[in-house]
Amino acid sequence: MEMDDLPKGELPPHLELQRTRVVCAADAPSYTESVQYSGAYMAYDVDNSLRMEDFRKNFRVEIKSLNEDDIEFDLIGIDAALANAFRRILIAEVPTVAIEKVYIANNTSVIQDEVLAHRLGLVPIKADPRLFDYKTDEEIANEKNTIVFKLDVECTHMGERVKNASDQLKWLPAGSEMPPDSKTKFTSFGCSQDSLPAFTSEAIASRYPDIVLAKLRPGQAIEIEAHAVKGIGKTHAKWSPVATAKYRMLPEVVLLEDIEGDLADELVRTCPVNVFDIEDMGPGERRATVARPRDCTLCRECVRGDGWDKRVQLRRVKEHFIFSIESTGALPPEVLFTESIKILTEKCQRILTELL
Amino acid sequence: MKKKKVKKKIIDNVNNRQQTHQPLCIREMEFPIKSTVDKYQLLPAFLKVRGLVKQHIDSFNYFINCEIKKIIHATGNEKVTSDVDPNFYLKYLDIFVGEPCVEQDYIYEPITPHQCRLRDMTYAAPISVDVEYTRGREIVVRRGKEGKQEGALVIGRMPLMLRSCRCVLSGKNEAQLAKAGECPLDPGGYFVVKGTEKVILIQEQLSKNRIIIDTDSSGNVAASVTSSTHERKSKTNIIVKHERIFLRHNTFSDDVPIVVVLKAMGMESDQEIVQMVGRDPKYAGILAPSLQECSALGIHTQQQALEYLGVKKLLSCLYTGLLGVLQVDEARDILATVVLAHVPVHQFEFRPKCIYIAVIIRKMLEAMLNTDAVDDKDYVGNKRLELAGQLLALLFEDLFKRMNGELKKSVDMTLAKANRSTQFDIAKCIRPDFLSNGLEHAISSGNWTVKRFKMDRKGVTQVVSRLSFIAALGHMTRITSQFEKTRKVSGPRALQPSQWGMLCPCDTPEGEACGLVKNLALMTHVTTDEEEGPLIALCTTLGVEDLSMLSGEELHSQHTYIVFFNGIILGVHRRPQRFAETLRKLRRAGKIGEFVSIHVNPGQHSIHIASDGGRVCRPLVIADNGVSRIKEHHMKELKDGFRTFDDFLREGLVEYLDVNEENNSLIALYEADATPATTHIEIEPFTILGVCAGLIPYPHHNQSPRNTYQCAMGKQAMGNIAYNQLHRIDTLLYLLVYPQRPLLTTKTIELVGYDKLGAGQNATVAVMSYSGYDIEDAIVMNKASLDRGFGRCIVLKKSVTALKKYNNRTADRIVAPDMNTSAKGGVQVAPRHQIQDRDGIAAVGEMIRPGDIYINKQSPINTRDNVMNPQAMPDSAYKRTPQTYKGPPGECAVVDKVLLTSNDENHFIVKCLIRHTRRPEVGDKFSSRHGQKGVCGTIVQQEDFPFSERGICPDLIMNPHGFPSRMTVGKMIELLGGKAGVMSGRFHYGSAFGEPSGHADTVSAISETLVNHGFSYSGKDFIYSGITGYPLQAYIFMGPVYYQKLKHMVLDKMHARARGPRVVLTRQPTEGRSREGGLRLGEMERDCLIAYGASMMILERLMISSDQFQIQVCTKCGMMGYYNHKLKIALCTYCKSGENMATMKLPYACKLLFQELQSMNILPRLQLSEA
Ligand code: SF4
Repeated sequence: MEMDDLPKGELPPHLELQRTRVVCAADAPSYTESVQYSGAYMAYDVDNSLRMEDFRKNFRVEIKSLNEDDIEFDLIGIDAALANAFRRILIAEVPTVAIEKVYIANNTSVIQDEVLAHRLGLVPIKADPRLFDYKTDEEIANEKNTIVFKLDVECTHMGERVKNASDQLKWLPAGSEMPPDSKTKFTSFGCSQDSLPAFTSEAIASRYPDIVLAKLRPGQAIEIEAHAVKGIGKTHAKWSPVATAKYRMLPEVVLLEDIEGDLADELVRTCPVNVFDIEDMGPGERRATVARPRDCTLCRECVRGDGWDKRVQLRRVKEHFIFSIESTGALPPEVLFTESIKILTEKCQRILTELL
Repeated sequence: MKKKKVKKKIIDNVNNRQQTHQPLCIREMEFPIKSTVDKYQLLPAFLKVRGLVKQHIDSFNYFINCEIKKIIHATGNEKVTSDVDPNFYLKYLDIFVGEPCVEQDYIYEPITPHQCRLRDMTYAAPISVDVEYTRGREIVVRRGKEGKQEGALVIGRMPLMLRSCRCVLSGKNEAQLAKAGECPLDPGGYFVVKGTEKVILIQEQLSKNRIIIDTDSSGNVAASVTSSTHERKSKTNIIVKHERIFLRHNTFSDDVPIVVVLKAMGMESDQEIVQMVGRDPKYAGILAPSLQECSALGIHTQQQALEYLGVKKLLSCLYTGLLGVLQVDEARDILATVVLAHVPVHQFEFRPKCIYIAVIIRKMLEAMLNTDAVDDKDYVGNKRLELAGQLLALLFEDLFKRMNGELKKSVDMTLAKANRSTQFDIAKCIRPDFLSNGLEHAISSGNWTVKRFKMDRKGVTQVVSRLSFIAALGHMTRITSQFEKTRKVSGPRALQPSQWGMLCPCDTPEGEACGLVKNLALMTHVTTDEEEGPLIALCTTLGVEDLSMLSGEELHSQHTYIVFFNGIILGVHRRPQRFAETLRKLRRAGKIGEFVSIHVNPGQHSIHIASDGGRVCRPLVIADNGVSRIKEHHMKELKDGFRTFDDFLREGLVEYLDVNEENNSLIALYEADATPATTHIEIEPFTILGVCAGLIPYPHHNQSPRNTYQCAMGKQAMGNIAYNQLHRIDTLLYLLVYPQRPLLTTKTIELVGYDKLGAGQNATVAVMSYSGYDIEDAIVMNKASLDRGFGRCIVLKKSVTALKKYNNRTADRIVAPDMNTSAKGGVQVAPRHQIQDRDGIAAVGEMIRPGDIYINKQSPINTRDNVMNPQAMPDSAYKRTPQTYKGPPGECAVVDKVLLTSNDENHFIVKCLIRHTRRPEVGDKFSSRHGQKGVCGTIVQQEDFPFSERGICPDLIMNPHGFPSRMTVGKMIELLGGKAGVMSGRFHYGSAFGEPSGHADTVSAISETLVNHGFSYSGKDFIYSGITGYPLQAYIFMGPVYYQKLKHMVLDKMHARARGPRVVLTRQPTEGRSREGGLRLGEMERDCLIAYGASMMILERLMISSDQFQIQVCTKCGMMGYYNHKLKIALCTYCKSGENMATMKLPYACKLLFQELQSMNILPRLQLSEA
């Protein structure tokens, strides 16, 4: 069919909207998924296939904020499937080191042995997992796959309670000291870990010194040895390198008509995060503008009132992701992301080799 | 403006604290502002002195301090005399229950309840009596010194209620309680008997000594009175049969005409009878047939009537054989003491009893004319609750009487002996065991048997449920009814309007006991008995005219009201309202007991004054002309600690009303609703709920059965038991590793301490469907949440081993772990013994697997014959009786605690506590606080879970189909409120009916908070799928909800078997999970297979896989033979030949049946045909 009134190679606006935006109406979001089929818009003579060169051209990463623990950056020109893949890998597949085995010599605290071990497991350890190997069950612990910590505290203060925090976990670079009365220890380290170049500068310890592990009353003591190994978040959440990794699509708030006067004031008032601003249009003339759409939390307050859904439309830009990673501390967040990319590439490579 | 006024008033009041608040009242009259005062602070103040379990404690205290004294001073109990020696006597002067202690090697040591729990002892105190008795010629007085038992005579031990006045815990502060190993939040009110905590449930029964008009099965009016005095209990019925009125009593073989009874009591004139009942022709008409019958019987005089009754009475064994005159005397005696026993008859002055009967008849006649006058048996005002004190008093009196009986017997026996070598000293004859064992046994078994009253109740006590803190607390407020459970009447089970504020409308079990087992509401108090004498005197002073001065005519005149006092007619009063007002004023002034109730019943022209125990009552704020007496400044003083609840009571701001008196008052829910007619104002509406229902946030938004379900489930939720939970060694203890306090709390939660001993966790819940593993209320859980400790629980199991001592002086022993010599010659601890210390008992902290031996015990083989040297028996004289751990296979538990101690019988006991920490798994049961239970359907990785724009990933996903049919709107509000609470950092409240008084946050306020923090007002978030990464096509309702982990876990229930043990007798697979039994293919399943025609399947299931057995059958005689393995032929013992033998297979049980029949001389013969 010929449609002469339509320009070639371009979609009509309503379809373009559906393709590139999620429309968040008051009742439910629509057009949430992207159109994957390459021939979806064949009728309009629009090629919907994903091309490498297009991707190269359009793809952008913009880092918005970065500090020791958190990063926020925009991934632009990428499909949700890919962005999600990174998120999933970050949560579940980027390895870290966490305490896996706890040898308890003495624990007279109120915290039960298993619970104490569980708590220890969740303590984030600042050690670069890339420098370690995975340890299988059969393997004996050596300096390449195990980090040993010791916790030996006793409460002797009369009447006072000792808080037992994560900074009391002492790194034993030379390996296990247990069992004390035998020659064969739980680990067989070839060399002391602090002689390895990577660890000479800084001792391995918990990322945060103030995580409460147990509280002791006079007469109570804890003497344990904790062995940390490398693992991934899929096995147990303690190995997850991120507190959370998440993304959101870039908000877009569109005023479908000019909103002026009192209505503009009302609109500015309703938004709890101040997305809107008022533009002075001369004496007594005020018009609402969308000033900070990125801040929109999608509370739908601006479309809640009667008739407001005709004036304001909330949208999300489909191929623009505001990605944020909160690291637990083993690796800086930006490194985590590159790690996740490496893992994804590795996975793709594996598939390719399998296929060929 | 207003504020200033209030401030001024406070200053005023502080200045004139000692003066009355009268001037204030006047000033307040000038400013009739109806400001709403927040009266919530009254609740904690109230709960400090009354409520919850205080009624148990009050009643026990009353028993120990007063009633026990009354019992020993009662006639018949006070003195023990001898038939042999008229000079001999033993007189009890006083009785005293001492401090809890235990005797150990003749030394008395004080004990704490926690020691008793751990050591399997009874928490009891000695009962000592001051006595005066004769020893030979002299009179001996033994008297204890001021509360000390020294010198006094110990007659037994009384199990003590925890936190009662004699308990070591009473009046202790938190630190002192901690020292005693006790939880400060534990309510007490139970006993510790042989190491188990026992609670005496509150028993509900019909009022004693009250006239209850009812209709019988044929629709006739009947009155019944259950009389109860210290001496006697009897039930008197007055019934209508063929339009005539009869008395029915179990001392008479037949129903006797009531007029005859009246005549026998001396009312010979018919006119007087009619006058007594009421001269109104409408009454006389109904009464006429009864009168006629009497004259038809030819009875006109008292003598004739008594003769008639004498014939009718059941032959009692006492008087058999004696004739004539004696029968008359006996009939008179019965009338005086047995019929309506609670109406006192002094020296056969029957008039009060006649009037009483007349009043009953009048009530009946009224009920005949007007069905509204029929009493409602289920009305709470007609019920009395029997508490621990009363029950123990019954038991104690019975035991005491029996003990005195025994004592008398032994005195008689000894004194009858002519020549005694020593002076007889009765003090040496008293065996304290009798009372101690009697009390202990009754409490531990729950069987209350009092022969005197033909009382035989089972299940009076129960083991305190320590599943969760709330379970224990809820157990203390539980009320069971005497009503049998099998009867199919709905009346007693239905919710009565009069239960309002007294009994919890939600908390009742489902099923059999539904509606019969109830729970007290938060502010209920159960009264104890009060002294009657002064009250009666007071009534007379206030113008009650004595009965003896009245004729029947005056009794029922227009304006006189009959005054009942505890069911007995005191007299009449001509100005009832004023009389009631005066009494109430006196009560408010504290001149008479605060629990005395005055109820004016204009319909029946009567005033009921009650001071008896067992009535339920609750405090209410008094209002004058609709203006509450409690003002802002009162509450402020309460808050500042200048005032206690008792001050409110004493100053007449608050008073207790029982169910009957509530009928005389108009109670406004809120101050704002008050009209000038209002007499009282509720303190807080949420107090109509009990403890268990109080946990539910927004219960008033839920469909009612959901609240009932939650009440049952809250008791199964794991969490914290008590502060001393880790010091307890209970049979089974479930604990949560990381219990939390609910984000959405209620005022009740804070009052009872659930916020300190929570049983659940705040889970972020997304209401959406996910994965298809969430059907039928199943929930989908986030694996990462579980990794981080959500729903993790600890199960602690106890095992006790007692080292027995045998009669031949041998005893069990524990020996060092067994050793194995390894192949290399080294000595090693045997594999199953590795967890033991060198003393042969498991070491604390060791991991224990099924099959491990944790106590290496040995028992002597010979426990009967005397052994030479029991201490040094050779090892060969012992057999191994090790304690083996049986737990779920494959799981690994830890030895948590080992306790070595001895119980009060001096047996050495070893208690081992074995701990198992579990993380939630598929099939574990969870529930929110709205009766929405569900099992964990699947556990999903965090990355697959949906997440919100803020990166929040839910802990669990609940299917939205759980909402429409359950209508638990409260849960939705809880979710909203929880979300707002998290964002604003303030715990939100959801107390029942709390919105108007500010004890529940309104949905609109919550929504506003949500919006201010950038959430949608509806609580629905924009969510991305964790699997595809795209946003979901709906906004998802997501937020925190308090979830409880229930005790039902798959690990304890999962069961399957392929092969396994069989029963020895039938050779069929065993039954039940605990015996690793088979899964039965039952009758109905069999029917299915038959219908389907799967005959081979039936054969396989019922025989081959079960108990197939091969037998030899003689085809000739049809009996079973045997296979002779030597001759290698089958033989028939009957035919004595090996011919005609056939082999066949049949179920072993079948063969067994044949043989059993044979043993009964029935011979089944098998007739075989070729297949
Ligand atoms: S959805 Fe909420 S946050 Fe976004 S623009 Fe509208 S009012 Fe503001």
